[in-house]
Amino acid sequence: MSRHLPIVAVTPFPAAAAHELKDAQLRANLGRATRTIRDKRARVVAEVPDWEELRERAARTKDEVLDRLPELLARFERAAAAAGASVHHAADAAAANAIVAELVRAQGADRVVKIKSMATQEIGLNEALAEAGITAIETDLAELIVQLADDTPSHILVPAIHYNRSQIREIFAARMPGFSAESDEPAVLAGAAREYLRRTFLSAEVAVCGANFAVAETGSLVIVESEGNGRMCLTLPGTLIAVVGVEKLLPRMADLGDFLRLLPRSSTGERMNPYTSVFTGVTPDDGPRRLHIVLLDNGRTKTAQDPVGRAALRCIRCSACLNVCPVYERTGGHAYGSVYPGPIGAILSPQLTGQDAGANSSLPFASTLCGACYDVCPVKIDIPEILVHLRQTGPKPAAERAAMATLSWVMRDRRRWRGALRAARTGAVPLRALTRRRGGTLRRAPWPVSAWTAHRDAPLPPPESFRDWWRRTHAE
Amino acid sequence: MRIALLVTCLNEALFPRAGMAVVTVLERLGHTVAFPPEQTCCGQLHANTGYAAPARELERHTEAAFAGHDVIVTPSGSCAAHLRAHTELPVYELSELLVDVLGVTDVGARFPHRVTYHPTCHGLRMLRLGDRPQRLLRAVSGLELVDLPEPEQCCGFGGTFALKNPGVSGAMLADKCANAVSTGAEYLAAADNSCLAHIGGGLARRPGAPKPVHYAEILAGTGAAA
Ligand code: SF4
Repeated sequence: MSRHLPIVAVTPFPAAAAHELKDAQLRANLGRATRTIRDKRARVVAEVPDWEELRERAARTKDEVLDRLPELLARFERAAAAAGASVHHAADAAAANAIVAELVRAQGADRVVKIKSMATQEIGLNEALAEAGITAIETDLAELIVQLADDTPSHILVPAIHYNRSQIREIFAARMPGFSAESDEPAVLAGAAREYLRRTFLSAEVAVCGANFAVAETGSLVIVESEGNGRMCLTLPGTLIAVVGVEKLLPRMADLGDFLRLLPRSSTGERMNPYTSVFTGVTPDDGPRRLHIVLLDNGRTKTAQDPVGRAALRCIRCSACLNVCPVYERTGGHAYGSVYPGPIGAILSPQLTGQDAGANSSLPFASTLCGACYDVCPVKIDIPEILVHLRQTGPKPAAERAAMATLSWVMRDRRRWRGALRAARTGAVPLRALTRRRGGTLRRAPWPVSAWTAHRDAPLPPPESFRDWWRRTHAE
Repeated sequence: MRIALLVTCLNEALFPRAGMAVVTVLERLGHTVAFPPEQTCCGQLHANTGYAAPARELERHTEAAFAGHDVIVTPSGSCAAHLRAHTELPVYELSELLVDVLGVTDVGARFPHRVTYHPTCHGLRMLRLGDRPQRLLRAVSGLELVDLPEPEQCCGFGGTFALKNPGVSGAMLADKCANAVSTGAEYLAAADNSCLAHIGGGLARRPGAPKPVHYAEILAGTGAAA
């Protein structure tokens, strides 16, 4: 059965955004939440004197990974296998889902506990497991909220950012077995979720996780989290399955330090995250007895071939770019039609899937190129540059292509250009008289200028051109 | 100093006063301004909308039009940023030329009004203009500079973004306008007439809102309102 991949937008961004913009509550929730995180981030980043050098070095490390990808993957696989892990390769989402379902079935389990992971969201693992008769239970608080609400995440790090706490209480009351609290105090809500999850952890036989980093040198996986649910998943169940995008590699264990400094400050605005788990293979009488690592490609190798676009694969999913993005702040994550929203989503989704997938070619246009994302990205991904690159390589409407070609032709010659300006000034003469009382701007206009005047007045060409003025005042 | 003016296609088509203001300021400071007549458009619009080939042709056209000029000034942060990234031309945004090259902050202007300044994205994050424009404005006699709340937030223009994503652009514009109105300023100044056309078009629909003005026009002023 074919499902829509969770990284393929069904609706073009402008239409999806228009829908989200109607929700005033959503915009208020988002505005408040993103402002809080971005102020926190700015404060703790300012404390690090060598922040720029850290970014530089991290970007270089990630570029080294992309340059040496096949070699480092082989190295990781050898080291992980030597430590007792089983390594699997998945070319695409379907392959990865099939491998995981088979591994769960082999344990005779019909339930898995999960740590929040973008890779498993990207492949739609929960839905695929459900089709195979396996229930996946999210154990991260925000993921749990979204899962109980039958919704999809709207932020990489804060999947339930679009809900406020009274909305969350309502979701719990309706969907969480045994929930009866009247209060929407964060502590009460978190306590209820903890009770519910603890029962689940203790009975789970299989856990599924992703990884923030995979160290090629040692075959280790690294998971960074805040709630301790990850620790539970990594240590209690007998079987652990990790789905890891191939770009998560780091060449050496010594590279990890830079990233552990960059990630928490960029993502949650904390100096350090509460839980960092580094684990290598299996250890007798400690933690899971079986560790399976599914290395996921799903468009990554192809993306790594693009000399400009490949920098998107440096991403460590910190979501700082979402929190500063003025477009994301207005629309929220759902408008991007992908588990990767915001600026990183606009460059990653179309590259992983190819721009011909669904409405993904509309995503690189979902930006004003304001550059706020590039400024905060801890691995220095020049997101505006990649957005422009994808606009240049992606499909465009025929009428626009023709108009742009004509405009460029007119502008490549001073006489044609002056002729066009003169025509515009002549056309504006009657309009100027009509709009004088309002200061000479146009409030309503026929298509295509109507797209402009829907939200703002349009300026009119001036009575005297710059060139005429120059000739009048500077003629020799 | 002999300085070549890149007026930009948008200013030529709609806002010639910004170009005239640059000429006025530089000549008042004793410099000679040249206007290379072959200039048209730097190619930024084409490049950012996804048309690399026509953009390159316009970049080459601009290089040829300005060949032989050692100092080029433009009253547009975004065009300066585009040309700096895609050509070898020695292009300066007006405040860079004045503060860094000519070493002036007081250009001898008078503008007795309350003004707020919106630092456009290209000026802020690509050119890193910092507070150069504000320093120039503070030195203007009679001018009271008031802070714009959330100044670094994009206004929502983004070239063809305003047309391709009208809803989001309008929502961003509404917030920028509300912040501008809250200052109680008479004028909202900026370094790019593209952003100003968009913000000004929104302000025109809000009673009592500041009027949009390119900061070069303030620097050119010697008394009366722009
Ligand atoms: S692109 Fe950069 S800022 Fe955005 S999520 Fe990835 S690492 Fe973070």
